[in-house]
Amino acid sequence: MRFNGHGTQIVFSQCTRASRTDDRNPTATLCWLRRAEVALGAMIRFIGRRVAFMLATMLVASVLLFVLFELSSADVAVSALGPYSTAEQRLLWQTQNGYDLPALARYFEWLARFVTGDWRVSRSFNAPVASVVLSHLVNTGILAFWVFVFLVPLSLLLGVLAGMREGSALDRVISTASILLASVPPFASTVLVSAIFVFGLGWLPGTSSMIDGFSWRELVMPVIVLVAYDLGYVARITRASMAEVMTTPYVRTAILKGLPRSRVIWRHALRNALITPVTVLLLHVNWLITGVIVVEFFFAYKGFGSLILQAAMSQDLFLLEACTIVTVAIAVASQTIADLAYMYLNPKIRFR
Amino acid sequence: MTSGSVIKGKLGQVNAKASALRIVLVQVARLRESRVAMIGAGLVLFWIIVALLAPLIAPFPPNATIQPLAKPGTLASNGHIFWLGTDHLGRDVLSRIIWGARTVLVYAPIATGSAFALGIPMGLFAGYKSGWIDEILSRTSDLVLAFPTLVLYIVLIVKFGASGLNIVLAVTIASSPAIMRITRGLVIDLRTRGYIYAAQLRGESAWYVMLVEILPNARGPLIVDACLRLGYVTMTIGTLGFLGLGLPPPDADWGGMINEARQFAIVFPHIVVFPCLAVSSLVLGFNLLADGVREISLRE
Repeated sequence: MRFNGHGTQIVFSQCTRASRTDDRNPTATLCWLRRAEVALGAMIRFIGRRVAFMLATMLVASVLLFVLFELSSADVAVSALGPYSTAEQRLLWQTQNGYDLPALARYFEWLARFVTGDWRVSRSFNAPVASVVLSHLVNTGILAFWVFVFLVPLSLLLGVLAGMREGSALDRVISTASILLASVPPFASTVLVSAIFVFGLGWLPGTSSMIDGFSWRELVMPVIVLVAYDLGYVARITRASMAEVMTTPYVRTAILKGLPRSRVIWRHALRNALITPVTVLLLHVNWLITGVIVVEFFFAYKGFGSLILQAAMSQDLFLLEACTIVTVAIAVASQTIADLAYMYLNPKIRFR
Repeated sequence: MTSGSVIKGKLGQVNAKASALRIVLVQVARLRESRVAMIGAGLVLFWIIVALLAPLIAPFPPNATIQPLAKPGTLASNGHIFWLGTDHLGRDVLSRIIWGARTVLVYAPIATGSAFALGIPMGLFAGYKSGWIDEILSRTSDLVLAFPTLVLYIVLIVKFGASGLNIVLAVTIASSPAIMRITRGLVIDLRTRGYIYAAQLRGESAWYVMLVEILPNARGPLIVDACLRLGYVTMTIGTLGFLGLGLPPPDADWGGMINEARQFAIVFPHIVVFPCLAVSSLVLGFNLLADGVREISLRE
């Protein structure tokens, strides 16, 4: 049990002295249970606060979207009916869909629709927004899954190898490579990787639209590019974290004690060195979204990123609104999970 | 140790007497202490010179349509060589890259500068005044930072249209909260120093303390962040151009060059590859510069 909240020590001062392994002392066990209970309460409060922040963020996002896109009901009518609709059609549509009401009333109605999952119909897809968003999200989920399958072990391995011996030849090679990788913008890595494998060698297809059903070959390029896009950054973070841990007194003690280096690294250094990178990987969902949009656009992959862009380009407001809210939800949820992971992994930080 | 003390420490006496220009020169000269910083500064300087001299060194006018889809090294009718080939409209890729350096080196510093111009005062206020001002500013920045950046740009640009000004505005809105957070953290650290109390006891106004006493001592991390952010904004401008949301054509813009020639990339990769190398080298320059400056300030 990691969540033994420190704040409780003052309240249960008699508990602190009793060890939790002291089975003969029933008070100790009782105290320990009580402490665990308090810690659990703290954790639940923390999650509650994060969820409240998440909802508040999404509420503000909804206000922002409403002000940007829905305030002018004429614009919405144009978006719903297309640019070639007549003025009468638009007016009729406005009265039919309640767009003649005052803005505040419309906002609450709009919000209620959103919360209940009625996201209306996308003009460019001619289908319910919710189903369009869902199917594209699944595709991006597949892409993101394979990106993480390769990104996580690769970046952590490179970072740990570099940070193990700061200043070694291996460190310098990996560090240089990762700052180079981190400096290539996502669109440039898309083009440059394509230049090698698609234009140059011709090994892989240049589009991943998957018209004839799911194709592994078409998934390779987007995954390579996204891994390359994030690898440099995460490897750099891991290296810094590992290098810092290697200079701590407890690692030095372990080395001076004469333990084999591999044992020091596996048993002592790694556990603490990986706390930050794991959190960063989760926090990076926000950063990865940029890459996903660019990559899906270039390879015409039918995922969530290209959907946002398509909605924006075709001024399909209902679709764009839904996509934006979903992205904000994904971003905030991943930040919450990252916070929780950090607290779980790092026993020094406790729930307050 | 804060890097504010970098400037205070060794150069303290020099600073007191020297003019503002001298201080800047001394700071710049210290870049020589780090090889990484020198390489970064070299790359950035290279592109600045290219941008400044664009009319003199570009072999062709950037928007002139001469000979479509020429391979790199093709001889033009007027005796010049298309060193990097031409694009689908017959425009010289090298000349467009040279002129494109102007575009990015105008918009990236302006956008970054205005983000700092908004973010620093907000951070100073939030950190120095604390209380409800801090609460409001911090919560607002949390909200903005929760948005995935590119989605925020897309939403803003779809609403307000793609133009240079709107890109600057979008970057300002998206980056100033992060700058505010950094400044706020620095201010909270510096606020309890003796010289701040001294200034407060002298009866100096809050503005004086924030701008004259706190800000100069917080500049180290802010300069590092500015270098990183310049690279990031360069990336952003390129990405927006690549997605077709950037500056309107026909003016040369590295991201836009790739977007326009995407369909031709498989057969004529030279049109898209060289702008990518250009933008990557500039971003690399900013990143190395940031790394080097950080290294120098940590060494003190």
